[in-house]
Amino acid sequence: MIISVASGKGGTGKTTIAVNLALSLSNVQFLDCDVEEPNAHIFLKPEIREKFLAFIPVPEVDEAKCNACGKCREVCAYHAIAVIPPGDSGKGSVLVFPHLCHGCGACSLLCPQKAIKEVNKEIGVVEIGQARGMQFIHGKLNVGEIMSPPLIRQVEDRIDSDKTVIIDAPPGTSCPVIAAVKKSDYCILVTEPTPFGLNDLVLAVEVLRKMKILFGVVINRSDIGDDKVERFCQDNKIPILMRIPFDKEIALLYSRGIPIVQEKTEYKDRFRNMFNKIKERL
Amino acid sequence: MKQIVVISGKGGTGKTILTASFAVLANNKIMVDCDVDAADLHLLLHPHIRERHEFRSGKTARLDKKICNRCGKCIVLCRFGAISDDLTIDPISCEGCGLCSHVCPSGAITMEENIAGEWFISDTKYGPFIHAKLGIAEENSGKLVAKIRQVSKDMAEKGRFDYVIVDGPPGIGCPVIASLSGVDCALVVTEPTLSGLHDARRVIEVCAYFKVPVKMVINKYDLNIDISKEIEAYSQSANIEVAGKIRFDSSIPKTLVKGITAVEGASEAVIREIKDIWKKISI
Ligand code: SF4
Ligand code: SF4
Ligand code: SF4
Ligand code: SF4
Repeated sequence: MIISVASGKGGTGKTTIAVNLALSLSNVQFLDCDVEEPNAHIFLKPEIREKFLAFIPVPEVDEAKCNACGKCREVCAYHAIAVIPPGDSGKGSVLVFPHLCHGCGACSLLCPQKAIKEVNKEIGVVEIGQARGMQFIHGKLNVGEIMSPPLIRQVEDRIDSDKTVIIDAPPGTSCPVIAAVKKSDYCILVTEPTPFGLNDLVLAVEVLRKMKILFGVVINRSDIGDDKVERFCQDNKIPILMRIPFDKEIALLYSRGIPIVQEKTEYKDRFRNMFNKIKERL
Repeated sequence: MKQIVVISGKGGTGKTILTASFAVLANNKIMVDCDVDAADLHLLLHPHIRERHEFRSGKTARLDKKICNRCGKCIVLCRFGAISDDLTIDPISCEGCGLCSHVCPSGAITMEENIAGEWFISDTKYGPFIHAKLGIAEENSGKLVAKIRQVSKDMAEKGRFDYVIVDGPPGIGCPVIASLSGVDCALVVTEPTLSGLHDARRVIEVCAYFKVPVKMVINKYDLNIDISKEIEAYSQSANIEVAGKIRFDSSIPKTLVKGITAVEGASEAVIREIKDIWKKISI
């Protein structure tokens, strides 16, 4: 079973829920797909055993074969190629902007002169290790890089479906989240009871409905705001899986990178109960 | 004119709360919300929308099964797994690269332009506000950010505004990079947690990569004094000014619930701390 943990906005406690749920279950594989700002390793302190560089294919033009016909520029939907036409100054040439390339392969496939081959460009790293009896995998996007979805897909290529897979998804509602939650059987949305929390929850719910993924809500710091999140869930028949009240002790544990269940073992049962609730729904 | 973007790397550190307070403190400015994925600033600024614009960006493939000869070429060649074996295109997976439309021998695939969102020019009691809404499950948030940054810059130059104050997106990827272009100062709001420090460092690396000057704010600094000290030590070693610290204070979520900015309703101590920060970054 694959469970992802997401939230419309960051800082609601998504990683906390993912980490503590994982630590309360057995036979777990943990994937941190928040590749822009991976945090789970701070709490799980994995021992990394393998590292793989993550690449996307980008075009490389063989100047000798290219006649500057402009076809590659025409087919690239992302303006990642510019062609300087032939003229007085020479036979013309092609410029590639690897940062804009999505690695779709159109240019190399469609170049009439077969002048383009694809070379690997590094976008980040996938690290695999062990943490407290579970398999741990995360991706780290290189600084200055913009293509997080391909890296997320490369983390998720390593899903082991014999295990209970817990995915820490990136925040938001656009491409990176979609790439991360796409394969999940169930998604836990973490929010807090403030106007910001509600606003972002509504958006996240729309995304999951559109993707047809089952989901439920965890309300974190459940006593700091008002009851509008509760009412929204009731009105829309969204199950509330768990409420965690604000607790300075939990905030302190979090700040030091210590999982809740390590110090407050009663939470293990709460997380297990939540897991059982989810299992019943599937 | 000075352009300031408030970012955090990690979400939930109080970035939007601080930005909204600047809307009250700054004179002659334009406010901008570049967190187009999960825009929240409007919940505190209460805009009246004056202009509404469609944001068209990117394309999605459309396959006409009546013309298709079922050769299967598109299924094999699409690198994003967007075309299923029964020749249905999943619009969420489709990245709009257009490869399938170019290779289809029967011309069964056309590329259609997406309406990826909307952007607005609004009035608020604090002055003009430019914001946007990305369509659900849409891509190209970076392009939408670039669009509204451009609009706000043009407007600020024409109207001789003194400040453009931007609530930036979370993370370090394409929307953040788009929000940083041409700014005079990136204010990084962090909190004294190991994750907060970790993420602030990553986003500061991004700023360094694009040569954007950085200042820092430590929010909820008294939640863990040791880590706050660690953050200050880091900022010193990295030669980054800490523009101020804000205490952990339950009056802040209360202002949020009331839909007002922190400087209009939080405790006096918090208001003083925020005013000091604005003084330091506005010069
Ligand atoms: S399509 Fe091929 S031959 Fe034409 S400009 Fe591009 S690389 Fe050169
Ligand atoms: S692989 Fe695709 S995105 Fe990259 S340059 Fe070629 S056509 Fe453009
Ligand atoms: S446009 Fe590109 S991503 Fe979309 S279906 Fe066609 S080949 Fe796949
Ligand atoms: S390439 Fe064109 S004709 Fe062939 S299966 Fe795809 S849509 Fe049909």
